[in-house]
Amino acid sequence: MKFNLALRNLLIVLFGALVLSACSTAKKGDLTGDVYTGTETIEYLAKGVPDRVFFATNKSSLTTAARDTLRKQATWLRKNKDLTVTVEGHADERGTREYNLALGERRANAAKDYLMTYGISGKRISVISYGKEKPVNPASNPLAWSQNRRSVTVKTN
Amino acid sequence: MKKIIIFLLYVSLNFTNVKALIKVDITRGNLDPLPIAISPLHVDKNSEKLDIIDTDKLGNEISKIIESNAKSTGLFNPLNKDAFVQKPDIAHLKPRFEDWRLIKAQALVTGKLLIKDNKLKVEFRLWDLTAAKEMLALSFTTTPANWRRVAHIISDKVYERLTGEGGYFDTRIIYVSETGPKDQRVKKLALMDQDGYNIKYLTLGNELVLTPRFNPTNQLVTYMSYFKNMPRVYLLDIETGIQEIVGNFPGMTFAPRFSPDGQKIIMSFAKEGNSDIYSMDLKSRIVEQITKHPSIDTSPTYSPDGKYIAFNSDRSGLQQIYVMRSDGTGVKRITHGKGIYGTPVWSPRGDLIAFTKVRKGRFYIGVMRSDGTGERLLTENFYQEAPSWSPNGRVLIFYRETKADKTGKGFSAKLWSIDITGYNERKVKTETDASDPSWSSLLSK
Repeated sequence: MKFNLALRNLLIVLFGALVLSACSTAKKGDLTGDVYTGTETIEYLAKGVPDRVFFATNKSSLTTAARDTLRKQATWLRKNKDLTVTVEGHADERGTREYNLALGERRANAAKDYLMTYGISGKRISVISYGKEKPVNPASNPLAWSQNRRSVTVKTN
Repeated sequence: MKKIIIFLLYVSLNFTNVKALIKVDITRGNLDPLPIAISPLHVDKNSEKLDIIDTDKLGNEISKIIESNAKSTGLFNPLNKDAFVQKPDIAHLKPRFEDWRLIKAQALVTGKLLIKDNKLKVEFRLWDLTAAKEMLALSFTTTPANWRRVAHIISDKVYERLTGEGGYFDTRIIYVSETGPKDQRVKKLALMDQDGYNIKYLTLGNELVLTPRFNPTNQLVTYMSYFKNMPRVYLLDIETGIQEIVGNFPGMTFAPRFSPDGQKIIMSFAKEGNSDIYSMDLKSRIVEQITKHPSIDTSPTYSPDGKYIAFNSDRSGLQQIYVMRSDGTGVKRITHGKGIYGTPVWSPRGDLIAFTKVRKGRFYIGVMRSDGTGERLLTENFYQEAPSWSPNGRVLIFYRETKADKTGKGFSAKLWSIDITGYNERKVKTETDASDPSWSSLLSK
């Protein structure tokens, strides 16, 4: 078992290295696969509680880092019982507009569902999708697109 | 907006049904456009003066619009008026065919107009110069404010007579006007004539608006708005300005389109991360769920007979195009090529489906038969999508975005058109940046 896990981790590292070396335009270390792992655009809901998580192209599955961030948000929401939030889902500019609206909605709900599994009532979380309409980084390159594929948790009260 | 009514009083003038020698083939790219002379329309001396335009120049202005329309098809080569050999009124009575042939013209449009009792009376003729015959003669009356439409109607009649296909000049485009930097775009619904004139803004830009589409009579528009931060499908009457939310959905509705009979709106409704296709009957308000699948189903479009719906879905993993019966049964995937496929739009003729394809980071507009065979990619670019058909099913309009640099500069969104032959790609004139175009049907049928 231990050996298997170690081998799998090694493979993941190797795979990550291969993908990274293929992305010459993005800042090295800020992308794993095509998921943004940097901190440039992130704002904080509270000390140590990042407001956003990032997604791979056309995907809405949560990465390990995304789950980590959402657990921090859940802890923060548990401590602040009166707060309500909106999760905004976004897509990059490399898809058709209508599909991206649906994709943004799916991403926002992936984040919402995860917060709910950590005990946050769905009543406290609304979702909205902006598709590709509100890029945080207006550039047309892989780094900008990775920063735009995101869900952002915003305080609503 | 005031209802525009054109009284078309077609009067046949010496009309003889001669089988013409000249015929323009529009089924393939035309590398040898037909030389056509479009004479200024003669203005009757007894015409009343107008506030909106100098009456003396009206005949020339109308002929310039016809020229511009003819040229935009890529099928005609309008000749320079400096070389014209006869006065408009004399040519209109009967051209000296041999003189016009001398300047290499094969077809000639002549006409005259009179403004009396605040009515614009127009008469025009199309001449086959090679056969020395009149091909078409029509007259009609309208209000002077419609003078540009007069030019578009003449263009349609000339196009129809010479190509055997329906025209598409007396039409409008509804689209989204875009201004401001890329990360703070202001978007408004905008309406314009097919040639970019008579622009009207239908919303103020206070909220994000997307994807407007005409109903079959061009009076209603369905679109998506973020009014009060609630993304929903709306219905707007462009004559009264009255608008309403379509249906009572507890979440985002988007990607609306009318059914071919105008009775229903079909759209997507997103709920808990899943988008399915729904329709709502506008009279009974009855909502019907059409797809039920845990994938993203969106961008629905009816076949012109209303029996089928094409849409895109990522149920296979990536976006592909599917066709089903309009009740949601018999779902069948029709795209199997490499890459992803989206935004299917059924041709008004019913034979083809236009689509957007993305492959290896490039965006294509293409057409294929409605069973997915015979795919032809018409144009490739950095980003382009959302084709909409001209009413005759010969031309597609779509929008194209350019690459932005690191600061977001260099970004633009423009409307483009291309013939389904893959030839005649053109930028469509708009006052601002523009996206999500939807072509009306012919305003006067």
